Amino acid sequence: MHLNGLTAHELHNRLRNKEVSSLEITEAVYKRIDEVEDKVRAFVSLTREKALARAREIDTRIAQGEEIGPLAGIPVVIKDNMCTENILTTCSSKMLHNFVPPYNATVVEKLNEAGAVLIGKANLDEFAMGSSTENSRFFQTHNPWDVERVPGGSSGGSAASVAADETIYSLGSDTGGSIRQPASFYGVVGFKPTYGTVSRYGLIAFASSLDQIGPFAKDVRDCAQIFGVIAGHDVKDSTSAEFDVPDYTRFLTGEVKGLKIGIPREYFVEGTDPEVEGLVRDAIKKFEEMGAVCEETSLPHTQYALPVYYLIAPAEASSNLARYDGVRYGYRDETAEDMVTMFMRTRSEGFGAEVKRRIMLGTYALSSGYYDAYYLKALKVRTLIKQDFDRAFEKFDVILSPTAPTPAFKFGEKADDPMQMYLSDIFTISVNLAGIPGISIPCGHVRGLPVGLQLMGKPFGEGTLFQAAYAFEQNTEHHKVKPNL
Amino acid sequence: MSSEYEIVIGLEVHTELKTNSKIFCCSSTEFGGDPNTHVCPVCLGLPGVLPVANRQVIEFAIKAGLALNCEIAEFSKFDRKNYYYPDLPKNYQISQYDLPIAEHGFLEIIVGEEHKTIGITRVHMEEDAGKLVHQGATMATSKYSLVDYNRTGVPLIEIVSEPDLRSPEEARLYLEKMKAILQYTDVSDCKMEEGSLRCDANISVRPVGQKEFGTRTELKNMNSFRALQKALEYEAERQIEVIEEGGRVIQETRSWDESKGITLSMRSKEEAHDYRYFPDPDLVPMIISRDWVEEVRASLPELPDARKKRYMDDYGLPEYDAEVITGSMELSDYFDEGLKFTKNAKALSNWVMGELLKHINATGQSVNEADFPIPAANLAELVELIDKGEISGKIAKDVFAEMQQKGLKPGAIVEAKGLKQISDEGAVTAIVDEVVANNPQSVEDFKAGKERAIGFLVGQVMKATRGQANPELVNRLLRDKMQ
Amino acid sequence: MLTKKQVEHVALLARLELSEEEKEKYASQLSAILEYAEALNKLDTENVPLTAHVLPLHNVFREDKVDGHLANEKALANAPAKEGNYFRVPKI
Repeated sequence: MHLNGLTAHELHNRLRNKEVSSLEITEAVYKRIDEVEDKVRAFVSLTREKALARAREIDTRIAQGEEIGPLAGIPVVIKDNMCTENILTTCSSKMLHNFVPPYNATVVEKLNEAGAVLIGKANLDEFAMGSSTENSRFFQTHNPWDVERVPGGSSGGSAASVAADETIYSLGSDTGGSIRQPASFYGVVGFKPTYGTVSRYGLIAFASSLDQIGPFAKDVRDCAQIFGVIAGHDVKDSTSAEFDVPDYTRFLTGEVKGLKIGIPREYFVEGTDPEVEGLVRDAIKKFEEMGAVCEETSLPHTQYALPVYYLIAPAEASSNLARYDGVRYGYRDETAEDMVTMFMRTRSEGFGAEVKRRIMLGTYALSSGYYDAYYLKALKVRTLIKQDFDRAFEKFDVILSPTAPTPAFKFGEKADDPMQMYLSDIFTISVNLAGIPGISIPCGHVRGLPVGLQLMGKPFGEGTLFQAAYAFEQNTEHHKVKPNL
Repeated sequence: MSSEYEIVIGLEVHTELKTNSKIFCCSSTEFGGDPNTHVCPVCLGLPGVLPVANRQVIEFAIKAGLALNCEIAEFSKFDRKNYYYPDLPKNYQISQYDLPIAEHGFLEIIVGEEHKTIGITRVHMEEDAGKLVHQGATMATSKYSLVDYNRTGVPLIEIVSEPDLRSPEEARLYLEKMKAILQYTDVSDCKMEEGSLRCDANISVRPVGQKEFGTRTELKNMNSFRALQKALEYEAERQIEVIEEGGRVIQETRSWDESKGITLSMRSKEEAHDYRYFPDPDLVPMIISRDWVEEVRASLPELPDARKKRYMDDYGLPEYDAEVITGSMELSDYFDEGLKFTKNAKALSNWVMGELLKHINATGQSVNEADFPIPAANLAELVELIDKGEISGKIAKDVFAEMQQKGLKPGAIVEAKGLKQISDEGAVTAIVDEVVANNPQSVEDFKAGKERAIGFLVGQVMKATRGQANPELVNRLLRDKMQ
Repeated sequence: MLTKKQVEHVALLARLELSEEEKEKYASQLSAILEYAEALNKLDTENVPLTAHVLPLHNVFREDKVDGHLANEKALANAPAKEGNYFRVPKI
């Protein structure tokens, strides 16, 4: 296999053994990009010069005998809603089409310190709002498994670049499923950590109490390793947790004997593609074969996650996006002669339809007379949803469900089956509402398209989550299947 | 002003806290500086940034709350106040809505002879906005405006009074007292000229006896204590006029125009503000332990009212004197320093309220300046010299003038200029004899019953002694002589 | 169902200029919120505390130290319009 098709841990070993150089890896990745990018269209921008210079720098350090960490010299792609100093950061929006941040997001700083080679910024649904990357203001990313199908979203570009071997791993962000769902559509590992374990400083905010940054990787080992590098308390983020970051790879034992897995009945209802459900049930059997104990459980407030999410997320977003007004950065309407008109035109032209819709929803939900009935009520029901998980986790170590009710759908196809629409949100949003970690791993293919299995863990229970995911992965071959590009 | 109406006033005071760094980021709070140089990604509201609260701000807010006799919240949080304006980078202000840091306080003012307690509804923390500079002479005539974000994120506390004030004068007294108290706590410089102390007012009028409040207007842009009083006086009259002419007062915001001496409506295109307050998800709540509150309470200095009481109880100072001296912490500290060197508090107080304040007002100097010419010890020495009879009150004024100019000690001046009061009976008698001998007509007049004649004779003796004779002694000797 | 006036009010609060078509579209979409609220009202949350933050963090503070200014050129680097050291905006 070409270098760009390998995992980070495989490449790390080769780098340490001086079998291969960072420059060779980086060049291999760019060669692949040159070959397939016009089919995949994952990237908003590429940072070729900087990347090659970095790769050379890492090679020099290796040559000088320096011990390198697991991510050193290895290419990474970053979703274009994370600030990269002196590198265009657009959120795939006209509003930020020319924004060059003067600072790095904390995760970017951490990756830099770890010796990572940033090769480009990935396409997304505008301001991370959407689940198909169809809302990118610039162009459409395609699913490498079937270019007529959506890549999922909002981290479509990040996921596509990993699935297409245009990079070794990438970072995305997840507010209501934006890492896990595309991971499921792509047959890669996508992970949303416990809220507060990865700093949000420099992540351009969508919904502050739900957003988290997480990795896309080709296998669980990479995922665990990447998380170990980007996780940790950040003084610049008041909502970041203080906790000890262990070496997560030590949880990768391959063993799950005695692990208690909860199967929530509310996630196994009519509406899921029967073949998808079939694969998930196979996965449950697999876990049982490996010695885990799988039992039905209930998360009774599951159905309320939808209204709660659609009240909280837009409300926070409407406030977070108020700063985009053309005064200090980004797009500005030049025709307006007065301030108020300038604000209105800049925002109306700079934002796409979906973003505007959510801003309108959120503004309405917070407006006077409605605050108690809508927003406050949603915050209370959020507690009930969280309590469902707390109770379930008293009995179970991990909770299992499909990641999405279907494989990737065709462009424009989305809204035909309201039940499917509902389920595609429901499977993932509760995890964000409760602030718990969730991972999607490949569990098979339906009609040639990947299907993801979701595992949900206790707050700060990433170790157990990785343990379960790894064991499953190592006992199947799904993660090794790549798209035909 | 018609006395058929009662004026009702509430004040909202904003004061900048004197921390080194801003409330939610590490940028400097220093006043001045080239535009947009005390800024960072956070206070500029760049995409992706997050606020982190400055502990000192919370502590200062607690301190101010305690000084204003408030209850300090056990649980508090920050909320977002959402509105659009170019000086507000995020188009929301991080403020506090329903759980302010302090509530239910009060302060006392003296209006004429009356003591009044003015309620303080709440004290809360918030971040300041930037500054707009208009290209034209006014906002209305400008083609464009310029924005400086240096001030964005400077920590403020907002102090809201109950509508307990009943006259523009009371409002001014309240603000003066507020400034004094805040200065004593050292949480703010309280300089209205520099904008570190700002005041908006809510004012309404109602017929005397009516229970419901009238419609109120909000007044802004009053940049001095005097302006506050004048603006309120104008607005009260304006409202009364409107009502008398059969109209109704419109609830609106009005701006004080200092040059024209009137208030002008600031009604904008927008409807009433809907701030859509909600808890800021980027900041976590605050639990204020009672230990922390007591720690802060212990750090409070002796506040104006406490000092006033001490001056009255321990030194027998009249309330008026005590009120004036405690009106500024500088002056009060100065006075306390002086009391180390003289026991005559009343005399010291007279000098402080009289000649010293006159000097301060004329020169604009501060008693805390390194080379302030009349240090407290020196003024106290002057009082002692008078008390000991070494100089007369009249001579003391000349000595003070010298002290003012040259910063010398009074004792030294008296020595150098030979101004010592002549109390030696022998010496004075000689001069008295001479004056009596030289002014027979006045002596006659006095003996004939004209009391005033002795004044002239005393004057002559003083003249002959260059004012240094002890006046009581002169009086006595003259009367004895003319028996 | 929201009225056009209500939609216009929300749009003003959000500083968005809407076409007539968009106003109609939003009238029905915002009404969806009413349905969400209906759904939530079925639940008794009388004694349920609200979750504004999923992590039980409180009192996260920093020391009062000055640090990390942006140089003026960097601060203005992305400005659509500037003059000297200032950001420039159309008249208020």
